[in-house]
Amino acid sequence: MDLSAIDPVLLLASLMISATPILLAAIGEMVVEKAGVLNLGVEGMMITGAICGFAIAVESGSPFPGLAAAALAGAGLSLIFAFLTQVLLSNQVATGLALTLFGLGLSALIGKPYAGVKPPPSPRLDIPFLSDMPVLGPILFRHDLMVYGSLALVVGVWAFLKYSRAGLILRAVGENHDAAHALGYRVVRIRFLAIMFGGACAGLGGAFLSLIRVPQWTEGMTAGAGWIALALVVFASWRPWRVLLGAYLFGGITVLQLNLQAAGLAIPVEYLSMSPYIVTILVLVYISARKRGSSLDAPASLGRVFHATH
Amino acid sequence: MKGMVTMQGQVTEAPLLAVEELSKAYPGVVANDGVFFSIARGEVHALLGENGAGKSTLVKMIYGLVHPDGGRMLLDGVPYAPQSPSDARRAGVAMVFQHFSLFEALNVAENIALGMEDPPPRGALSQRIREVSAAYGLPLDPERIVGELSAGERQRVEIVRCLLQDPKLLIMDEPTSVLTPQEVEILFTTLRKLRHEGTAILYISHKLDEIIELCDSATILRHGKVVATCNPREHSARELAEMMVGEILIPPRRARRTFGEVVLEVGGLSLPAATQFGTALHDIRLVLRAGEVLGIGGVAGNGQDELLAALSGERTTAPGTIRLGGREIGALGPAARRALGLLAAPEERLGHAAAPDMSLTENAFLTGAVRERLVRHGLIDWSRSRDFACRIIEGFDVRTPGPEVPARALSGGNLQKFVIGREVMQHPEVLVVNQPTWGVDAAAAGAIRQAILDLAGAGAAVIVISQDLDELMEISDSFAALNEGHLSTPRPAEGLSVEEIGLMLGGVHGGTTAGGTGEGAHADP
Repeated sequence: MDLSAIDPVLLLASLMISATPILLAAIGEMVVEKAGVLNLGVEGMMITGAICGFAIAVESGSPFPGLAAAALAGAGLSLIFAFLTQVLLSNQVATGLALTLFGLGLSALIGKPYAGVKPPPSPRLDIPFLSDMPVLGPILFRHDLMVYGSLALVVGVWAFLKYSRAGLILRAVGENHDAAHALGYRVVRIRFLAIMFGGACAGLGGAFLSLIRVPQWTEGMTAGAGWIALALVVFASWRPWRVLLGAYLFGGITVLQLNLQAAGLAIPVEYLSMSPYIVTILVLVYISARKRGSSLDAPASLGRVFHATH
Repeated sequence: MKGMVTMQGQVTEAPLLAVEELSKAYPGVVANDGVFFSIARGEVHALLGENGAGKSTLVKMIYGLVHPDGGRMLLDGVPYAPQSPSDARRAGVAMVFQHFSLFEALNVAENIALGMEDPPPRGALSQRIREVSAAYGLPLDPERIVGELSAGERQRVEIVRCLLQDPKLLIMDEPTSVLTPQEVEILFTTLRKLRHEGTAILYISHKLDEIIELCDSATILRHGKVVATCNPREHSARELAEMMVGEILIPPRRARRTFGEVVLEVGGLSLPAATQFGTALHDIRLVLRAGEVLGIGGVAGNGQDELLAALSGERTTAPGTIRLGGREIGALGPAARRALGLLAAPEERLGHAAAPDMSLTENAFLTGAVRERLVRHGLIDWSRSRDFACRIIEGFDVRTPGPEVPARALSGGNLQKFVIGREVMQHPEVLVVNQPTWGVDAAAAGAIRQAILDLAGAGAAVIVISQDLDELMEISDSFAALNEGHLSTPRPAEGLSVEEIGLMLGGVHGGTTAGGTGEGAHADP
């Protein structure tokens, strides 16, 4: 075993990269759930975003059209879910599961010609002074632009939900859709928009995986990241900062355990592989268990079918 | 009411809102058929009608939630056709909903902002909430989470939300159904103040004595049509009820008043509170004879639910505390007690007395399985169960398309008739009911009371737990009061005065309870 092979600076630097796909998907799903909709199709939307983004980036030779295409693909797939659950009033759990299976199959189909292809590189942040700092530079200031984009998104979602009137209406719809309807808010329209936002975020998260983190296309490459994102939202008690903390914790431990595996630590690989899941769950359970009886947790209308009675 | 208007010096002859020939049909039912009425500034106008008479549809059209099929509305003499609640709010129409349209996880200020068209910024809004709520005697803390508020405080949130928009017309749908008598007084003071300021109030309530006390005029709806317009002060509660129902209401009469042998004895029944918010029962004693109706009065939360649970067998006690026909049944569960002839109908219709998403047949099976022999070889006998449900529906005039309908789909009054009928049809020796007519319209309440009396007339013993003292006085042979888990010694109900009942209920609660509750329809001597 050789722990000195682990470079703490590199470890911290790769933490942010590793966490970003989950963070993107989770923050999107959080908005969806805040509007009272449970979309279990995150995994399917992520992988569809991953391949669509990859394909468009390769064809166009630039990562930006790819990222845009990934967001569009995720939102498009979520639109199917929105139509089924909000218009045809189908069961959200079953529809979400079907969406995941559909996304996995669809992405495999689209991805056939792209296996083994190398995508165009995406630009990294390069600020003359900050990026050249000895330790902080590589950890904080030399990442891909999308990493900072995801952080900005968390701040934006937090401010939107907390301070804006539209955010208040979105929370109200998730809290009591009947009352929101009685006050004249368009419950279905608001939920459509939230679901599409969640789809776009999941798609971006998938594209981050295939274009930036890995970067290449392999079938089923999201490997459960969408499910982790879903779990994070619950364990984070639907709070944006806890979603960020959970995602970074999960990303950090994933990177650490990979490094430990490489260093030949005398613990079975299986335990190391499961450690990110266990630690993330334990920490978030601890946080949410501290404040008992808080009524601010799950949106009260989460997963319930809304049907206007008149 | 005209006097009120001229007193204000507002000589506007045109009404504030005029509704003309308004119609709305849903598949299979005409909810409103040529409805007309008008309301002036500073007028409190009552909308009366039984459940399903079309009151809710009418106010939803005025508030822009439902669009009429025909007819028109004039607001200030100008055609008014709101496409959405925000149109209505902009036009000066505000509404307080029957089932509060509040968001429990949000705070007071957020809830109020959601019901306004252009809410001011947070800080200014909080300031305005404090000012307005203090000015109308409805103090509110804008930062409190609504989920922590009492029913009365929640209604304040709704009212203050309306007041902040200076409405010309305030619609109130059953505002007092969840309030304590004291809270009703506060509400009426606020409404009178608003009337004095020239706000028109459209008031929907089942409680006819409230209408007589508060309203200047009334429009009575029956089956979606206007059947009368009147000044409620010139009529008795019974006359108003008869106009609503369209038939003469006969106060329940009982066939005989002779009692048989003692069938139920409760002695030394004590029970600790089941939950943090429950009430403990202390040394409950009572004796019930065949053919006797014992009325148990008291303000909500004094142990009514716990007493029902102890008698029905949901919570068991020492065997000797409850004796049915001499047999110790204190330790038996509900099914065993049912088999022996002690049946119960709890207060909460949806969720306690009936399973909301199950059909009426299934609900009939749930309590009737043993006594009606609905189980054969360990399997459900569906044809007998359906037959039992049909007999209840027929015998108790439950208005429903059929026994396959889920319990949730029935209106409150119809489901209550079903729940009571289900027990009565099983020929109990002893029947215990809690709040048999809560939230039920006058005709259905009368039918339920008559069924209870008929059952007692046929020789069963009945315990009626109710907060409606008028109801208890009407049907009870003896009366006892439940106060903080203590039951007073039952006394003959005949000749008991309101003052005596007040004292039995524990002095302080007495006066308000006697005056504040009551269906009213049958209260007239």
